[in-house]
Amino acid sequence: MDERRESEAAPTKNHTTVERRSERELVVTRTVNGPARLVFEAWTKADLFRRWWVPRSYGLTLLSCEMDVRVGGGYRLVFSHQDSTMEFFGTYLDVTPHSRLVWTNEEGDGGMTVTTVTFDDIAGRTLVAVHDLYPSKEALDAASGSTGAMPEALDQLDELLVSLGSTTTE
Amino acid sequence: MVQWVQANFDVSFGALSDATRRGVLEQLGRADASITALAQRFHMTLTGMKKHVDVLEQAGLVTTEKVGRVRTCRLGLRGLQEEAEWIERYRQLWSARFDELDKVVENLKRKESVDGRKKRK
Repeated sequence: MDERRESEAAPTKNHTTVERRSERELVVTRTVNGPARLVFEAWTKADLFRRWWVPRSYGLTLLSCEMDVRVGGGYRLVFSHQDSTMEFFGTYLDVTPHSRLVWTNEEGDGGMTVTTVTFDDIAGRTLVAVHDLYPSKEALDAASGSTGAMPEALDQLDELLVSLGSTTTE
Repeated sequence: MVQWVQANFDVSFGALSDATRRGVLEQLGRADASITALAQRFHMTLTGMKKHVDVLEQAGLVTTEKVGRVRTCRLGLRGLQEEAEWIERYRQLWSARFDELDKVVENLKRKESVDGRKKRK
């Protein structure tokens, strides 16, 4: 399962941004150098999906990856981490080829998170936006692993980060 | 309680909606500064800058301390760093994922162009 030959043709990496858009929403955006048709394929075919979803540096092994990509179809990912296993599962709510995918994340406590991924083909490159809507602010904080001790007043920090990022890195 | 949270949320939202105030936060991210220094930096009157700092202070984004006649401003709270850190961790996860996705898409593209050539033959 080792089909990597990184040394050849390493195309320049595009920048990934994360924005906390509200108390319950997190949005990740990234441009991928390829048409939406192919990017969508990589998100919807299990054998392709499993090649990129779990970064190798995270010490996780993907034991199984089942994806029934159609409205009402389910998915289930099973990972092993050291001695334990973790499962992620849910249902696809929308499957619009090459442009939109929506699924639920049902493994968490206290309600489900809904993930919406949009694919915008712009002249052969694809702007991917991953939008997570958490059931509550607490669920987002828990997912983020933040202590929850921070004042509510800082919830809009994402905007600040985005503005700082755009002034300092570009 | 919920309303209090909401009210506070609105306050911080308002605080960050202004370009000067975002600039002030950025400036304070580099170093603490007096209101006088900030006013000069942003070409404003002392009173104007005080108003902005008040808004940021109410939102919990900035704290001020008066020593003698100088009021020094610094970035709010540790929570700010915590949130920045987890957002950065989350960004790194996605960045790593997308870097792998690049390779998958690159392979698909290559395969497609090879297949295309075969078909034309």
